[in-house]
Amino acid sequence: MTAQSHRNPTGGRIDRARTLGFTFNGRYYEGHPGDTLASALLANGVHLVGRSFKYHRPRGIVGSGAEEPNALVQLGQGALTEPNVRATQAELHDGLAAASVNCWPGVRWDIGAINGLLGGLFPAGFYYKTFMWPARAWRAYEWFIRRAAGLGLAPREPDPERYDGTHAHCDVLVAGGGPAGLAAALAAGRAGGRVILADEQAEIGGSLLAGGGTIDGRPARAWLDDATAELAGMAEVRVLPRATVFGYYDHNYLGIAERLADHLPPAERAGRARQRVWKVRAGRVVLATGAIERPLVFDGNDRPGVMLATAAQAYANRWAVRVGDRAVVVTNNDSAYQTALDLSESGVAVALLADLRAEVPAALAQRLSRAGIEVAAGSAVVDAAGGTRVTSAEIRRLGADGTTLEGPARHVPCDVIAVSGGWSPAVHLFSQSGGRLRWDEAIAGFVPDISRQAEVSVGAARGTFDLAAALAEGARAGAAAAHAAGFGDGTATAPAANAREVIAPRPVWRVPSAGRGKAFVDIQNDVTAADIALAAREGYSAVEHLKRYTTTGMGTDQGKTSNVNALAILAHATGTAIPAVGTTTFRPPYTPVTFGALAGRTVGPLFDPARLTAMHPWHVQAGTRFEDVGQWKRPWYYPRGSETLHQAVARECRAVRTSLGIMDASTLGKIDIQGPDAAKLLDLVYTNAWGGLEVGRCRYGLMLKEDGMVFDDGVTARLGPQHFHMTTTTGGAARVMAWLEEWLQTERPHWRVYLTSVTTQWAVAAIAGPNARRLMAELCPNIALDAIDFPFMAWRDGTVAGIAARVFRVSFSGESAFEINVPSSQGMALWQALMTAGAKYDITPYGTEAMHVLRAEKGFVIVGQETDGTVTPGDLGMDWIVGKKKPDFVGRRGLARADCKRPDRKQLVGLLPQDPKEVLVEGAQIMADAAAPPPVPMEGHVTSSYWSATLSRSFALALLKGGRARHGQTVPVHAYGKTSWAQVTEPIFYDKEGEKLRG
Amino acid sequence: MHLIACPWCGPRDEAEFSYGGEAHILRPEQPDALDDAAFANYLFMRGNPKGVHAERWVHTVGCRRWFNALRSTVTHEITAIYPMGTPRPDRAP
Ligand SMILES: [Zn+2]
Repeated sequence: MTAQSHRNPTGGRIDRARTLGFTFNGRYYEGHPGDTLASALLANGVHLVGRSFKYHRPRGIVGSGAEEPNALVQLGQGALTEPNVRATQAELHDGLAAASVNCWPGVRWDIGAINGLLGGLFPAGFYYKTFMWPARAWRAYEWFIRRAAGLGLAPREPDPERYDGTHAHCDVLVAGGGPAGLAAALAAGRAGGRVILADEQAEIGGSLLAGGGTIDGRPARAWLDDATAELAGMAEVRVLPRATVFGYYDHNYLGIAERLADHLPPAERAGRARQRVWKVRAGRVVLATGAIERPLVFDGNDRPGVMLATAAQAYANRWAVRVGDRAVVVTNNDSAYQTALDLSESGVAVALLADLRAEVPAALAQRLSRAGIEVAAGSAVVDAAGGTRVTSAEIRRLGADGTTLEGPARHVPCDVIAVSGGWSPAVHLFSQSGGRLRWDEAIAGFVPDISRQAEVSVGAARGTFDLAAALAEGARAGAAAAHAAGFGDGTATAPAANAREVIAPRPVWRVPSAGRGKAFVDIQNDVTAADIALAAREGYSAVEHLKRYTTTGMGTDQGKTSNVNALAILAHATGTAIPAVGTTTFRPPYTPVTFGALAGRTVGPLFDPARLTAMHPWHVQAGTRFEDVGQWKRPWYYPRGSETLHQAVARECRAVRTSLGIMDASTLGKIDIQGPDAAKLLDLVYTNAWGGLEVGRCRYGLMLKEDGMVFDDGVTARLGPQHFHMTTTTGGAARVMAWLEEWLQTERPHWRVYLTSVTTQWAVAAIAGPNARRLMAELCPNIALDAIDFPFMAWRDGTVAGIAARVFRVSFSGESAFEINVPSSQGMALWQALMTAGAKYDITPYGTEAMHVLRAEKGFVIVGQETDGTVTPGDLGMDWIVGKKKPDFVGRRGLARADCKRPDRKQLVGLLPQDPKEVLVEGAQIMADAAAPPPVPMEGHVTSSYWSATLSRSFALALLKGGRARHGQTVPVHAYGKTSWAQVTEPIFYDKEGEKLRG
Repeated sequence: MHLIACPWCGPRDEAEFSYGGEAHILRPEQPDALDDAAFANYLFMRGNPKGVHAERWVHTVGCRRWFNALRSTVTHEITAIYPMGTPRPDRAP
C-alpha cells in the first residue's frame, strides 16, 4: 500500500516532489521530506502504534513533538538500532525502518491484552505489592515483567556512529525558536550580542509552523521566513535547529544535544558525526520553551484516535494530514476552537466541539457555527468507545461543580477526539536552573516565579499564551539580555500581532465517569486516575511518594503531559490545594540524550590519553605485553616465542637473580624540590628524618595521611644542600605532587620551597643482577662503581654509553642494581646501548610482573597492593622508618591513637601454601576457622601471590590479624568456593641479610 | 558545572579545579598535645551548613594554586574568593 490516504494534495511544509519509502512493523509506506515518522504514519491512516506498558492496551499517536507518551519506536537495525524514539520527533528519511517497542508478539494480536481484562491485578503500587515475596521468585517475575513490558531493545554491537562534542560561550542563549524565542534572538542579535538560538525541531518556528495568525501585518509563516533569514545573516548569531537544550546546570551552563545526521539515511551519514553535544556557558539565558497541552482525564481517553488538539492541528497545517475522517473536539479553554476550524478546513468533518465551560467565547463560537460545527457548552466527552481506534464519543453535560453529570448521553460517531485540557508551561529548564515555581490560577498551571540564575522565561513558557504578548516579552528579554552584556540600549521594537480576549480555562481534572472504563493520567506508564486515588487512600499523599508508588511521570517522557493532572487529582483526593501539593523535581535531560552524544569523541583511544615512555617503540618491537598503570603503558612481560605469562615471568626472574635484567622504570613519579626549606618539607611529609642526609646519598621514605595510614613511598635523593629529587609510585605521582603543594600552600606558606614535576624529563633504565656492575664498568668510565665509593643508596653523575646520566644505586629487586636516569630524548639510545653491551650477559628485559615477584620475594611492599588506606607503617613491620624523635610529621599524631597500637591489627606476613604448586588467589580471605558456619569470621586477606622461579614454589604476602605473633601457624585461605591451607611466615623469602643488594 | 574565578587565571570551568573541603581548619601547632577527641575533631569533624560555606579550592589543571571561596550550598552561588590564610570576608574579624 503506497497511497497516502489521509494526505491533502496541497498545503503544509512538506516537499511533495520527493517521495520517501519507509517501513513500520515490516509494512511499507510512503511519506515526504518534512515529515516526521508520526506525520507520515497518520498520512497513511495509521494511528495504532503500540501497546501500553502495563495493560497492553492499544495505543495511538497522541502528540506532535517532545511530549509524545505513546508513539515510541525502535529505529534502525543491528548496531544502528535505537530504542524508544518518539515517532513525533523522528524525521522521515528514505529507507527508514521502525517498529513498535511495546507489542510482543504483535501490535494487533497481543497476548498482554489479557492484562487489560484482569485489570484488578495491576493496582497502584503493583510492583511493590505483587512481586515481593518470596524473593527467590523474583527471577520468574522479572522474566515476565521484562518480556511483557517491552520498551525497546538496546543494540548488542558497539555503536559504529561517530559523535562530537563542543564548548561554546555566548552573551545570550535562547532556548526555543517559537515566536517569543525568535523575537528575543532578533532583539539580542540586532543589538550586536553573541547569540545562540537552539530549537529542538528541524525547522525553527515552534507554534508558528502549525498555527495561523498574522505578525507585522503579514501571515505569521511569511514573517517567520523573514526572521530566520535575518538571523542567518547576523555574524554573531548562531542558529541551531534539531538542537534540544536538555539541561540547565550551575552558573548558566547548559547542555544542547544537536542531531546532525539522524535525519539522513545511513548511507548519507558516512563521514559525518551523528550527534553533537554543546556545552554552553551563557551570559544570560532566555527560556522560550513554550507550553505543553494537557489531555483531559476521561474514561477511555487512551484509545487510538484520542489526541491532543494542537497535535491534530499541527498535522493538518504543517503536514497537510487529516488525522481522521470525523472528529470530536473537547476543550476546557479557547485554543481548541481554532483547532476545530483548521481541522474542518483540512477536510476532517468536525462533528462537535464540547466546551467544559458553560460560558463560551462568543466570537469563536460564532465562527464555528458559520463553519457548521456545533458547540456544546458546559459539556464534556465522558467516554471514548472503540478498540484499536476510537469509534464514538459519549457527550454529557457537566454539573456546576464539575463532579457530576447531567442530562442524557449523546453518542457521537467519530474516529478522532481532539482534546485540550489547558496548557502547562514547559518550565523544565527553569526548574532545573533552580528557579521556584508558582501555581497560576488564571491559567491553571505552574509558571516560573523566582529565578536563581541569570535567566528569564518568555512567552508560553511563562504562561503568556497570547501571540502579541509573547512577541513583546521575547523582544524585551532579548534586548535586556544583550544590554546586560554591553550591547544596545536595552530596548527593542516588538513584532506586532493582534491581541485576543481570552476566557479562563475551566479545570476539571477528572471528568466524571459515566461508570465504566479506565481514565488514564500517565498514558506511557499506564497510571489511571483510580490508581492515584488509591495511592492517596493508602497514604502516599506526598507527591514524591505518589510518583514512585504509582510510577506516574517516571516513563521516558517524564510525565510531560501527565504531571499536572496527576498532582491535581492527588490534591483533590487529599483535600489539599494544588500549590500545597507542590511538584516533583525536574531533572535533566529534558528529552533522552544518547550515551554516544554524551561521550562525544572521547571513546576508544581518545577515552583517556596513553602515556608512553621514550623506550616504548622498542618494547612494541619486542612483542611486549603492556599493562595500564594509571595512564602509562608499562611493559608487563616480554614473551619469547609462544611463552605464556607464567613462563616468561619465570625466565625474566631467573635472569635477574642469576645474571642481568633490565627494566624500563621511566614511569616512576619524579619531583624536583628546591629551596632553603626543602629539607623541612621532607621532614614534614615523610616519617623519617632528612636533615642529616648527605649530598650524594638517597633515602627511602614513607608518606602517611594525617590519620597515620600509609599514602605513598619512594626514594628521595639529595642533589644539593637545598635541592632534592623525589621519586613516587607510578600511580601516585600526581597525588603526591598535589599533596606537597597543599601542605606548602595551605599550612606552610612562609616556607620557600619550589616543586616541579620532572617525571617525563627523565628516561630511566634499571639494570639489576649479579652482572649489573660489570656492565656498568664497561659503559661508565667516569664513576667509581665499587661498593665503597658508590654504596647502596647513593647517586652519582657521570656518563653511561656516552650519555650524560644520573645513576642511583637503589634496588627494588633485591639484586645489585643501578637506575640510570638520562634526558628523555636519550632514553632510547641508552636502552639500545645497554641491550647491545649486555648481550654477553644475556641481558633480559623484564616487566612489571617479574618486578612484582622479585620485590615480593624480598618482602618489599607496593603501596596500593599491600596497603589500602587502613594500613600503618607498624602493620607493615616498618616501625624502623618512623622517626621516634621527630617532634612532628604528617601522621604522627594519628599513629599515636590507641587503635593503631592494637596487637590484633592486621599485619603483613608471608604465606607458604601447603601445596607448593598452588598459587593462592590475590584477595582470598584468611578464615578464623574453616569449619565455622557462615558468616565465617575473616582474619585477613592475601595481598600478593606468585610463583617463584627462585624458590621453585609458590608464596604470598598477606595481611593477617596479629600476624607477626603467628609465624609457623597454618591458616585456611578461601576463594571462589575453595579452601587451601598455608603456613604463616615472616614476609621475606630471599636474601634476608640484604647482602646481594648491597654488594 | 560551576564557573570559578581563579584569582590567578580568571573564570574557569569547575572541571579544572579540585575541592579541598572546609576552609579555616587549622592544623594544630603541636598535634601531640591534643587528646584523641580533640585530634579527631581536627581530622574528621566538618561543618555541613545549609547556606554559605567557606571552603578550599585548588586550580589543579591550571596554576595549581590554592584559594578560599564562599559558596552557597543551596544555590551554589560563589560570593567571595579570597587568599588562603586570610579571614572569612563575611565575618567580623
Ligand atoms: Zn589558576
